Amino acid sequence: MNMTSLPGSDAVQAHMPETAISPENRISITAARNWPSRVKAEFSDIFGAAHLWRLVWTLSVLDIQQRYRGSILGPFWLTLSTGVMIGAMGVIYAGLFHENVHTYLPFLSLSLVLWNLMSALTAEGSTCFLTSEPMIRAMRMPLSMHAARVVVRNFLVFAHNIIVIVVVFAIMHTMPGRYSFMIIPGFALWIVDAFAISLLLGVFCARFRDIPPIVASIMQIAFFVTPIIWSPAVLAHRGIAIVLITWNPFAALLEIIRGPILGTPIQLMPWLVALGYSSILIIAAGAIFSIARPRIAYWV
Amino acid sequence: MSSITMSDVSVSFPLYHSESRSLKKAVLAAASGRLGKDEKRRVVVEALRNVSFSLQTGDRLGFVGSNGAGKTTLLRTLAGIYEPVDGRISINGKVTALLDPGQGMNAELTGRENIRLRGLFDRLSANQISQLEEDVAAFAELDQFLDLPVRTYSSGMVVRLGFGLATAIKPQILLMDEWLMAGDANFMDKAKQRLETMVQGAEILVLSSHAPNIILQWCNRVIWMDKGRVKMDSTPQEVLSSYLSPEQFAEANDLMAIRSLAIPI
Repeated sequence: MNMTSLPGSDAVQAHMPETAISPENRISITAARNWPSRVKAEFSDIFGAAHLWRLVWTLSVLDIQQRYRGSILGPFWLTLSTGVMIGAMGVIYAGLFHENVHTYLPFLSLSLVLWNLMSALTAEGSTCFLTSEPMIRAMRMPLSMHAARVVVRNFLVFAHNIIVIVVVFAIMHTMPGRYSFMIIPGFALWIVDAFAISLLLGVFCARFRDIPPIVASIMQIAFFVTPIIWSPAVLAHRGIAIVLITWNPFAALLEIIRGPILGTPIQLMPWLVALGYSSILIIAAGAIFSIARPRIAYWV
Repeated sequence: MSSITMSDVSVSFPLYHSESRSLKKAVLAAASGRLGKDEKRRVVVEALRNVSFSLQTGDRLGFVGSNGAGKTTLLRTLAGIYEPVDGRISINGKVTALLDPGQGMNAELTGRENIRLRGLFDRLSANQISQLEEDVAAFAELDQFLDLPVRTYSSGMVVRLGFGLATAIKPQILLMDEWLMAGDANFMDKAKQRLETMVQGAEILVLSSHAPNIILQWCNRVIWMDKGRVKMDSTPQEVLSSYLSPEQFAEANDLMAIRSLAIPI
């Protein structure tokens, strides 16, 4: 690619240099009226975003750097504040729930760090298109890139918080369970879900501006009804456990990662529930994004 | 061979006021069976209506028209930012759109970071990105400001950075809005050469301007937009002679003659 245009070149129309056109510069935009063309455009959008992975990565890293520009600890403020919160909550709630601190703290640290990831993903996913408005209106780019940016950024923040979990496990002399390898498919599902929820909420929030507060309050309620600060064992053998634990999508998603690390044998039920809810989410996000994608530039 | 084909393209903007932005209102409307009516009564601005034209390598197209005639929307549609509600657009070639001075830059990031992001967007290698950085930095003359957030820049610096960035990567199709011609005299002198090289290097140029002499100077075809429709599509002389008043047209021609004497292009 010719990078710099040298001044003074007397290019005349007749001697126009004919540069080859790469496939990504061949664009055909048709007003989509049927599902096959909508879904095709949606997939090319998502593949386009995947091709721009370096840009997505850099944007995410810059987002985090920008938040902590000028602070000494930088992103490790996140780690520190999570650590302080878990330390304080761990001691208080272990007393309140009459739990053994040595089993409760590892549980709480895992739950809270995972929950923070989940709630940040929904909150920032909601505004993924709104906050990228200048970029969206300046040039054509795959729109799903903005959802991918939210996912990468929040998983990077999560990576900082893993330190808290490691420290808590070390202090409490707890070893990760033997089935911990199950967190690999667990996180794979989390990443796909995170992308889907960002697309879905991002579209809704671009169109309807009162959605972000609704999402925030739903997540607030979910925090209390989901076994995050209270152990699922509290509700064992009680009817309400079916609603709050077994059929709660948040509980299932937490359990497929938390369970194996805490040494629970591999369970089928949380996986089935998590996969079930995820399929619904992915289908909904795919359908909504394919319809709304051409309109997002008008909405933001 | 670059080309652009627009067939029967229509673009309409939904006008969202505070009410239609609210989910509560939409749900209540649906519950009371008003949504259907609402759909049809939704206020939309028909920004473009059945616009068709095609361009090939060597074409230099200018848009003229009063404010609100759809020129900027048409440029955004050509850039693929707005997708049409009707019709079809095919674009073959690398497009650069100089639509607004901000160029989609993130004001919280430094100039250097914004340059890097643009390089990554164009999938340049690390080497090419540092080359891009040097080139843009030399043009924009930002010196130590290059490592400060863009929000601390003066508006002139933002224009220089945005312009330097957009003109550093040679496009096959160049779309320009009139803001480029609105820079201060100092900047214009400097930008002129760079822009002219780029305009000549581009296989297709699409330009929207209120300045008839710029249209006469750079374009070999002019489309007159009026209320979102193509009113006239012909040579610059022909379109401008009916678009402008006779005095304005004569003045533009004079200006053009003086310019071509002064600055050989």
